[in-house]
Amino acid sequence: MKRTLFAVAAIVLVAGFWFGVDYYKSGRSADLDFMAQGSASTFVRPHSPTLGSDDARVVVVKFTDPACETCARFSPYVRQALEAFPGQIKFVLRYAPFHEGSDQVVRILEAARMQGKLWETLELLYAKQDVWTHNHRVIVSKIWPLLPELGLDVERLRTDMADPRITAVIEQDRADLEKLGMRKTPGFFVNGKPLEPFGARPLVALIKAEILEKYPK
Amino acid sequence: MVADRTDTYWILVFLAWIIATASALGSLFFSNVMDFAPCVLCWYQRICLFPLVLILPMGLFPPDRRVVRYALPLVVVGWLLAAYHNLMHAGFIPEELQPCSKGVSCTEEYIELFGFLSIPLLALLAFSALLGLLVAVHISKK
Repeated sequence: MKRTLFAVAAIVLVAGFWFGVDYYKSGRSADLDFMAQGSASTFVRPHSPTLGSDDARVVVVKFTDPACETCARFSPYVRQALEAFPGQIKFVLRYAPFHEGSDQVVRILEAARMQGKLWETLELLYAKQDVWTHNHRVIVSKIWPLLPELGLDVERLRTDMADPRITAVIEQDRADLEKLGMRKTPGFFVNGKPLEPFGARPLVALIKAEILEKYPK
Repeated sequence: MVADRTDTYWILVFLAWIIATASALGSLFFSNVMDFAPCVLCWYQRICLFPLVLILPMGLFPPDRRVVRYALPLVVVGWLLAAYHNLMHAGFIPEELQPCSKGVSCTEEYIELFGFLSIPLLALLAFSALLGLLVAVHISKK
């Protein structure tokens, strides 16, 4: 009798938890879906750097922290998708500077963008992450020596970093992160759909599913 | 009469186990499903809470009153931490005294259910209920 009571209670508690997870996640998906339709601007701002075609019907948004290892490891998958479906994908880069000092790195990226070298700089910083991060902390001084090989004018870049327009970009992206309830990086959205479950393979699958839907053969 | 006393004991510890388990699952829901990062004080309270999920059933099968001896220290420490956390949360303990360094501040406000139930308050309520139940078990012996 008591054993049964205990077992039933245990099952009820675990099942309650499980349904709670399910309920919360489907609610969040619905919220994000709604936001994607109603206020698409939360996902894509005019200031956001993009790759691929502007007319593409599949929009892949990535909230990235330049100092986040997983963000760096996802980069090749996005590149491969852009190559595999030319003209069908628009990639949008958003900043999520969660690590200490990451906002400085975002400033470097945006200043490099003013010299037309954003994507090269981002790739280089991803590749050399172990040089300029230590225990999840950013060491900005180790970034400068890396930049000249890209042909960047580092003096100009360091002046540009203080540009108030960059501050506005960071603040807007931070506000949108808050609005979307994002607390982890990378945060991917494909046409407003969150990456769920998280992973490289699910990302590729989600992109392919959206391509099939928007570009039926 | 003896059987009655055992039943009272059993139900009280069983209730304590339900509260401990529901709280443990709830805290995992906040951290792992809703992605709220736990602050340092929350971690210490979790250390006091999570073991109860496994320790309390040991006093249920077979009924063994000594479980109160083993569970009570965890509950008392957890209650003290929760009380301290709530005082800090309410601003009675100044912010610069808080033991959290980087990551999440212990005064960070994640949710307020019904306008007043914060996560630290939920923890304090849970530990208070656990403390009450275990003390009741101890008293019911006499």
